[in-house]
Amino acid sequence: MKFLRRIVDTVKPHFSKGGKFEKLHPAFDALETFLFVPATTTKEGVHVRDAIDLKRTMVTVIIALIPTVIFGMWNTGYQHHLAYGMEVSIMENFMFGFWKVLPIIIVSYAVGLGVEFIFAITKGHQISEGYLVTGLLIPLTLPVTIPLWMVGLAAIFCTLIGKEIFGGTGMNFMNPALLARIFLFFAFPAYMSGDIWTDLSPEAGQAIVDAYSGATNLVTFDADQTKLPSAANMFWGFEQGSIGETSVAACLIGAFILVATGIGSWQIIFSCFAGAWLMGVLLNVLAPADMPTHAMHTPAYYHWLMGGFAFGAVYMATDPVSAAQTETGKWIYGLLIGAFTVILRVFNPAYPEGVMLSILLMNVFASLIDHIVVERHIKRRLKKVSSE
Amino acid sequence: MSVETTTSPEVKKEPLFSKKNRKVLTDPLDDINPVTVQILGVCSALAVTTQIKPAIIMALGVTVVTAFSNLIIALIRDSIPGRIRMIVQLVIVALLVTIVDQLLKAYMFDVSKKLSVFVGLIITNCIVMGRLEAYAMSQKPWPSFLDGIGNGLGYGMILVVVAIIRELFGSGSLLGYKVVPQWLYDAGYSNNGLMMLPPAALFIIGIFIWIQRSRNRKLINAS
Repeated sequence: MKFLRRIVDTVKPHFSKGGKFEKLHPAFDALETFLFVPATTTKEGVHVRDAIDLKRTMVTVIIALIPTVIFGMWNTGYQHHLAYGMEVSIMENFMFGFWKVLPIIIVSYAVGLGVEFIFAITKGHQISEGYLVTGLLIPLTLPVTIPLWMVGLAAIFCTLIGKEIFGGTGMNFMNPALLARIFLFFAFPAYMSGDIWTDLSPEAGQAIVDAYSGATNLVTFDADQTKLPSAANMFWGFEQGSIGETSVAACLIGAFILVATGIGSWQIIFSCFAGAWLMGVLLNVLAPADMPTHAMHTPAYYHWLMGGFAFGAVYMATDPVSAAQTETGKWIYGLLIGAFTVILRVFNPAYPEGVMLSILLMNVFASLIDHIVVERHIKRRLKKVSSE
Repeated sequence: MSVETTTSPEVKKEPLFSKKNRKVLTDPLDDINPVTVQILGVCSALAVTTQIKPAIIMALGVTVVTAFSNLIIALIRDSIPGRIRMIVQLVIVALLVTIVDQLLKAYMFDVSKKLSVFVGLIITNCIVMGRLEAYAMSQKPWPSFLDGIGNGLGYGMILVVVAIIRELFGSGSLLGYKVVPQWLYDAGYSNNGLMMLPPAALFIIGIFIWIQRSRNRKLINAS
């Protein structure tokens, strides 16, 4: 560590004011604060003093994401070998997925951080750490077969249109990672839906087994809800889907880390699940009795297990920038995300992944919810004061 | 846009393309662009810009209607009673739009079908009525005519550039000719479906506004 510190200290003058590479100071600063805790502290005035800074927040979220990354890599290999009817070890499954997923993660980080670097240097502000999480979230929401240039394009789109145009990290009113996904979803529908969820790169001497079907659970249940796999399978995530979304178990480990460290709001996670369950039960009651295969008959808790619902509720809906801020607001926000997700899934087969659309929709409404909550609070307090 | 109201009896005859008249013509292209600065006519800009050809025809249609309605209103501006001026303006605009619509149907039926209701909706295009109210009602015919052409071109310019971007990335062609070579598709390139949806035009116009304002500082907080 001392060695690293010495290198940083020797090159520091070149990047400070008046140095040779003054223009590149934001890049240097980002690297230095990434390696070492900055020595600058607040000295005067009234500030909220907290040991946690943006960088530590982001690193915690990344740690919380690791279970889904590891499981996603394993599942990529598992689905691939399953389609070819091959029995291989856990390690082989993981390594296969590792080499498939790693390029997507690298491209996402390289392109997104590249855009941030260019903006920071031309505008002369500091590079913020916001992209550290977004860069990992983007690959996890995509199918493993996505072409790499599309990942790069989506990263550019979400950094530019989702964040920089509104003033950078912390100013985005929509979740940037979901913005990247929705961009790809509408721009290249052929690569984001249909028979693309399993990596089917050819294996020497093997043919795809007859039982293989490219349909995800979200497509299956719209046609016939009784054909869904067992709840345990869906909970552990032995199913097809985007890289990080399949395992509810991995998402719950992440949720535990986020809630325990106080980074993610448990109110939002809980109310998302509650909203989906309530809407699921309501649809069960209203479902036509003479059509037992109709999607409305799906058991309510299945909606927690299918598709990316858990992933979205844990990692996307809790994004502190784009979510509601007030306590009551968080409950309304989460309940509506859950409810809209189920409605979209059941009634709109064209957009099977309802959780993406409903989180983005509620992102837009989050500040309105907050506004109403605050206004009501003020009115109530005023009434109290005037009646006394 | 400041509107000069008092016109003192002119001593000297103004040349046809005096500095002032040239400014009337060129200002709408940048400083007071109807789409990116005044944010007018956005609805049709989203709808007709998936391909270049309809966008050009639409731009020409709006330019003709704006220019000639400005001219006609400016000619009769002193004899229009103030209380019914809107109706008079509407009748004239509707007349011109009907002519444009019929011409399109007669000579360019395929384009006319693509533009569908949006030709008819030029009547309600805010740019046309806006220019009549703000300019033609108080100006002489010739500057009014130039103002109409300038605004039509300012609108059309944005339309055509948006359409070029959308057609190139959305269908891989320009004016219907394939320009993205087949080997690029074979290499894994794919047309961008988002470009064919209206939101793409909104993004592109938004980026235009961004670029324009970072280049032209006086527009910041001006509108």
